[in-house]
Amino acid sequence: MSDILVETEGKVGIVTLNRPKALNALSIPVMDAVAEALGGFDRDPSINAMVLAGLPKSFAAGADIGEMKDITGGAAAEKKLARHLSHWDKIGNLKKPVIAAVSGFCLGGGCELAMACDMIVASETAVFGQPEVLIGVMPGAGGTQRLTKIVGKNVSMEMNLTGRKLSAREALSLGLVSKVVPIESFLSEAIKMAHIIAAQPTLAVQAAKAAVLAAVDSKLSEGLEFERRSFFRLFDSNDQKEGMKAFFEKRKPVWSGN
Amino acid sequence: MTEIATQELLSETKDGVLTLTLNRPEVLNALTMGMMKGIKDALKAAASDKGVKAVILAASGRAFCAGADLGDLKKRQAVKSFSLGDELRDHFNPLVAQIRALEKPVIGAINGLAAGAGASIVLASDLKICAEKATFLNAFVRVGLVPDSGMTYSLPRFAGYSVALEHMWLAKPVTSAQALSWGWVNKVVPAESVLAEARLMAAELAKMPPLALALTKRAVNRSLEAPSLDDQMEYEAQLQEILGRTKDHAEGVTAFLEKRPAQFIGE
Repeated sequence: MSDILVETEGKVGIVTLNRPKALNALSIPVMDAVAEALGGFDRDPSINAMVLAGLPKSFAAGADIGEMKDITGGAAAEKKLARHLSHWDKIGNLKKPVIAAVSGFCLGGGCELAMACDMIVASETAVFGQPEVLIGVMPGAGGTQRLTKIVGKNVSMEMNLTGRKLSAREALSLGLVSKVVPIESFLSEAIKMAHIIAAQPTLAVQAAKAAVLAAVDSKLSEGLEFERRSFFRLFDSNDQKEGMKAFFEKRKPVWSGN
Repeated sequence: MTEIATQELLSETKDGVLTLTLNRPEVLNALTMGMMKGIKDALKAAASDKGVKAVILAASGRAFCAGADLGDLKKRQAVKSFSLGDELRDHFNPLVAQIRALEKPVIGAINGLAAGAGASIVLASDLKICAEKATFLNAFVRVGLVPDSGMTYSLPRFAGYSVALEHMWLAKPVTSAQALSWGWVNKVVPAESVLAEARLMAAELAKMPPLALALTKRAVNRSLEAPSLDDQMEYEAQLQEILGRTKDHAEGVTAFLEKRPAQFIGE
């Protein structure tokens, strides 16, 4: 059995973390494979959206502590883990939308991975947290940064400093997840959402994604400028013409993707 | 049929029904750590055992449960680091939560007095058969504490604000007749028939499609906290989508059209 499963369904690429015995711990080989699979879909012109799923019991319980416990010294940690941790950044920078389908444990590196995706569909059993402090470290793949930008400073502080976990409902109320569904349907719901996105005009979707990410990463005036430029640029696309024409003709648009 | 008998808690599985019996009649089944762990372990095993279709919580002797064993508690309280809050978080709260989270019917067979945590555990059960002579008591106030293990959440929802406070502030017992009128219990019968009635109800439930029972319990529990009708209806739609693909749904429809009793398999 392979550690990750890679499949496609129409224009949606699906990557499933599949190490049930390790509760989907994100080891170096697993993250190499995940980054490669998602990167492949990002470059594949037949794919418009992606789903990164875990298993019902665990999205990912964290990094693989076994790989880290014997590292001594900051320099050695950097040497061993810098490339590994850069996978989270790479996933956060993919051009096409990625939906995380989360059920069960979504902790540490797992929570950071889900947050590196563009949105999260969660099952009712999902539990989110950054409990690194409890093992003597802190998050190293976005847990203090992305979490703070999503839920705000004080809740992020509490989670990072005490290891407190959020239930799916709390995560919903804090805006960490978009939707909470029964455990049986978290994956189908995420795939459904991916299909909805995949059916939209791809240039507009990708430009909007880039603009939302710019909002997270820049000050308002720069973000607005970026948005305005992207907006104008879409008027060079065929899908803009088709979309607006179809709107007036009261029919469904037929997207060409350019 | 399996039988694991420890002194404090009896466990028996028969015809798809797991019966857990509190068994310290000489002290009105006061709860020890061992009994609570026994119930938790048994419920955990039942959760993944397809052979268990329903659970009955019963008790030996004249009372259901007098609450936490205060002697046992006093001993542990002597330790400096003891925390009543953690006592609840570690032992009582998880048990109550586990009863509600178990996706199978849990029936309380209340043969007599249910006090304190004993009353809370009964309240957490899904269905309750109650002896005429049974009473419910929360006397926490007499020892300077608040009712716990979910009592202050559940009782106001059943009995209303003022009656709940009267019961808790004045340690005023609730009779079986009151409990029935509030919808706190399903049925009141003579004490000697409580277990038999619970078994009849369990046997009936054991014939129902298990997934539908499970998701109905989930939905009803969720409704207590649902933000709106629209939100809960969307949740029902999600569950229906899940159940609509089950074999038991197909069997139920086919059996109805063929005018025969359905045979559910839990898939």
